[in-house]
Amino acid sequence: MAIEGADIVKAAAFLGAGISMGLGAIGPGVGEGMVAAKACEAIGKNPKEAGLLTRTMLVGQAVSESTGIYSLVIALLLLFVV
Amino acid sequence: MMDLDVQAWVKVAAFAGGGIAMGLGAVGAAIGEGYTAAQANLAVSRNPKISGDIFKNMLVGQAVAESASIFALVVAILLLFLDTGNPNMLKAAALFGAGVSMGFGAIGSGVGSGFPGGQACLGLSRQPAVSSKLTTNMLIGSAVCQTPAIFSMVVALMLLFMDFSNAPLHPTWAALVGAGLSTGLAAIGSGYGGGMAAGASAEGVARQPEAVGNITTVMLVGQAVAQTPSIFGLLVSFILMFKTFPESMQLQAAMALLSAGLCTGLGGIGPGVGNGMAAEGAVRWVARNVTHAADLMRTMLVGQAVSQSTAIYAMVVSLVLIFVL
Repeated sequence: MAIEGADIVKAAAFLGAGISMGLGAIGPGVGEGMVAAKACEAIGKNPKEAGLLTRTMLVGQAVSESTGIYSLVIALLLLFVV
Repeated sequence: MMDLDVQAWVKVAAFAGGGIAMGLGAVGAAIGEGYTAAQANLAVSRNPKISGDIFKNMLVGQAVAESASIFALVVAILLLFLDTGNPNMLKAAALFGAGVSMGFGAIGSGVGSGFPGGQACLGLSRQPAVSSKLTTNMLIGSAVCQTPAIFSMVVALMLLFMDFSNAPLHPTWAALVGAGLSTGLAAIGSGYGGGMAAGASAEGVARQPEAVGNITTVMLVGQAVAQTPSIFGLLVSFILMFKTFPESMQLQAAMALLSAGLCTGLGGIGPGVGNGMAAEGAVRWVARNVTHAADLMRTMLVGQAVSQSTAIYAMVVSLVLIFVL
């Protein structure tokens, strides 16, 4: 199997894209789940504020999502641009 | 490469895969059963009079938690002794992939199904009168927890028994290893997450036995959503196993397929655990505030959907790696 330099570079970029998105998805997944669990706790304690709590949960999750989106951006850059 | 014939390489892959399957496959169940036993000890110290019931419940819970590692044992024994018939290098990749899939896949379900067992033992010490409700709830919860391990076993058995000899070696070898990685890794999160929901459910039933219907419903919905990342993993594995890839001697073609499996697999871990956390929170508070079960279920589903998003990104990147590049 003759391997050329350009081929190795592409191969590493593909592997890097998978690792970037794969590992990058772990943190936001766990973090957003924690937010949702605590939102359920808070609604259970104080159901009257369910609307406010859901809004706070969604804003918190959106911020926590950002690192997942960074990973996605890096993965797409590795796949299509680099 | 060294002077080894194809037959020897197939054996090398099968034995390495068998070791990985049983070695990793033993991790989860051991931790889960240890948790169950620890909670059972606590329960006996609180209420020594019903130690016999708690002991029985502990053993039943541990037996269910054991199943993930029994799947791993079966796959490992098959890898050690199965006659592969027509040995070729693709079979070697498939056998290694089978071991990886089963080994990683048993971790989450093993740990997860220990939680309902432990919480049911603790619950018995508080509420001995509802022991049958508790045991039933525990069994439902830990059975659903096994699903990701069963997905991994299905992929492992398909890799063991399907005939790939007509496919080109490059890049199909990477697709087969990737198929094992995808389902195996993604099962870790879903198994663990499903267990968190089931543990909260057993705790809740002991606290509020009359709300058992609501608690079980929210648990099952939460567990079903927490299963999604492992279903994504299974989907990518099936695509990698059944799609025919054109022969290519380039390293990049192989790495794209390996990376596709790795991406969905790793990407499923976090959302699986996160969905389980959300379900745990909802189930716990349905037991404490059953009049707002509908609000809690809605919040759980919205939170889980957001937490799912990164698993979807990972699957999209995998599908791009398989179909676009």
